[in-house]
Amino acid sequence: MHEQIAANKRTSVLLVVGAFVFFGLVGMALGYVFGTGVTGLVVALVVATVLSVSSYLYGDRLVLASSRAREVTAQDEPRLHNLVEGLAIAAGIPKPRIYVVPEQAPNAFATGRDPEHASIAVTQGLLATMNRVELEGVIGHELAHVLDRDMLLGTIVATLVGAVVLMSEFLMRSWLWGGIGGRRGNDSNGGPATLILFGIGFALMVIAPIAGEIIKRAVSRNREFLADAQGAMLTRYPPGLAAALRKIAASPTAMHSANNATAHLWLSQPSRIEGEKLGPLEKIFATHPPIAERIKRLEEM
Amino acid sequence: MSPVIWIVLGLVAIALLSLVWLYNRLVRLRTRAEDGWATIDVQLRRRYDLIPNVVETVQGYASHERELFERVTEARTRAIAAGDVQDQVGAENAVTEGLGRLMAIVEAYPDLKADQHFLALQEELVGTESKIAYARQFYNDQVRRLNTAIDTFPSNLVADAFGFEERAFFDIDDPVSEPVHVDLGRDQ
Repeated sequence: MHEQIAANKRTSVLLVVGAFVFFGLVGMALGYVFGTGVTGLVVALVVATVLSVSSYLYGDRLVLASSRAREVTAQDEPRLHNLVEGLAIAAGIPKPRIYVVPEQAPNAFATGRDPEHASIAVTQGLLATMNRVELEGVIGHELAHVLDRDMLLGTIVATLVGAVVLMSEFLMRSWLWGGIGGRRGNDSNGGPATLILFGIGFALMVIAPIAGEIIKRAVSRNREFLADAQGAMLTRYPPGLAAALRKIAASPTAMHSANNATAHLWLSQPSRIEGEKLGPLEKIFATHPPIAERIKRLEEM
Repeated sequence: MSPVIWIVLGLVAIALLSLVWLYNRLVRLRTRAEDGWATIDVQLRRRYDLIPNVVETVQGYASHERELFERVTEARTRAIAAGDVQDQVGAENAVTEGLGRLMAIVEAYPDLKADQHFLALQEELVGTESKIAYARQFYNDQVRRLNTAIDTFPSNLVADAFGFEERAFFDIDDPVSEPVHVDLGRDQ
């Protein structure tokens, strides 16, 4: 577990360094294109710094806001609050803040940089379909992520990759619209500047899936197995989580607020296609091991 | 100075550093165990506060179960007055058993089971019971680690020298191995 925490911190630092290099390169390229020299690089590094610091400090709020989660009090959800508080006691950490996501698909995630700043979010569908024991199993899994600092890494991944994806889309579109701002008139026939912009945009299009691959590697499947096992150690009852996973696997409802930048944070791989479990693209980006395998391991405990 | 002196000095430094490390580790473990005990205490107190409410609510529907109410109330009083861990464990077992019976007779009163106020109380009670169980699990884990450190070499030397004492586990009767006789109140 301590090795896991150390590995997570190491990977987080690596990711931040990678983001700096990436934004630096983009800034240098832009500076070259517009002939502004180092200004582009400086701006890009400032952006990267702001992004890294804010993803460390506010990444959890960003992730919660992007999933439209809303904080609930002990009066709103007494059962959920009691379960989270009980398991936090078992884990020896402060009680995390509790959020509910307005989604009918049963799912959950944890976020925050350390156990002192942790949040747990569950969907309305999860509250509606799970009994006490199953809900306890799910919360145990999420608290295991909190204990392992998995959510620090997960949240940084979500915000940085989200920024890269956004940037690549922005650059591609600015090429499609014929260059940024007033350049449209000068380079309508595709001058060198737009060509380079296109090159960067194209490179980013290639990088975005690679970024997805990085998520897949960083947030490896073993991490989910580990959280399942640790969660079961907290609840001392592996069948609870197994039953919950079985219900999740059987649920046909799609998730609307999840996307490729946040998919890895959820308890089970979110699907955006109604009826079908996972689309072909989502299978490529699969951040979670198959549910059947997770259930099998829980049953063997 | 001769190299022998340096070697001796080095060894003394290493010994001192390990002493400091071992001592700090023992203190840390002891603090964790004390924290664990404090958490149990908080949850037990919450249960003490809930018991009169639960008894009163159930009484409104099942007034003739007076003997059971008295037993739960008496067990609560005894648990609050309990001194050390052993005392507390015995008294808590009585409270848990009494509450278990109280919740079992509820099954015979559909009106009570439909009462919103009672349902909220029941959620609080079930939640508190499981928090007590989790707090106990955490406390026992910490005590196990503390006691192991006190018993094993080399930390046992430091523990002996500075008077670290082993703590008692918070054990309760295993409800599975000892089924509670449920009186559904049919022989009224």
